[in-house]
Amino acid sequence: MAMAADQIEMLIREGIPDAHVEITDLAGDGDHYAARVVSASFRGMPRVRQHQAVYAALGDRMGGVLHALQLTTAAPPEE
Amino acid sequence: MSDVNTKIDGIVQGSDVLLFMKGTPMFPQCGFSSRAIAILQHLGVEFGSVDVLQDQEVRQGIKAYSDWPTIPQLYVKGEFVGGSDIMMEMYESGELKTLLDEKGVTHAA
Repeated sequence: MAMAADQIEMLIREGIPDAHVEITDLAGDGDHYAARVVSASFRGMPRVRQHQAVYAALGDRMGGVLHALQLTTAAPPEE
Repeated sequence: MSDVNTKIDGIVQGSDVLLFMKGTPMFPQCGFSSRAIAILQHLGVEFGSVDVLQDQEVRQGIKAYSDWPTIPQLYVKGEFVGGSDIMMEMYESGELKTLLDEKGVTHAA
């Protein structure tokens, strides 16, 4: 079981509309991904909450069909 | 509070530093758990661990308890710190060491 990279990106952007999402397929097997998610909504939010927002967008897929997602989150630099 | 939450409460209060993981520190059963162990060992901190593969109730319960879908999960002084990605980021930036200092947890690093 696996998920396509664009599907992951779409789900994250549905949950966090302003998110800039970069997905990297780490192993080339469609099963081990890294995601970098940048959103202004993360500003001032502790890292745990930022990750929880991404996990919420992915719903119950995380830890299920999506086993391995290395996640980094950030707020965009201040303008 | 459900029985499993009470049980998890007891576990996280039982050690200053506690890792929920897959496998044991000697034999981690997953790359993410292995990475978490490596970080704690680099910091030279004493920690307890719970192998969720040996306890289905805790394995499911911890996800709701922490509102976090994956294992490993790190607790320091009863407070949820994060999973292995957050541990790695905090380790590299020095924040994890600072957190241990602030919480009064001794470590060798």
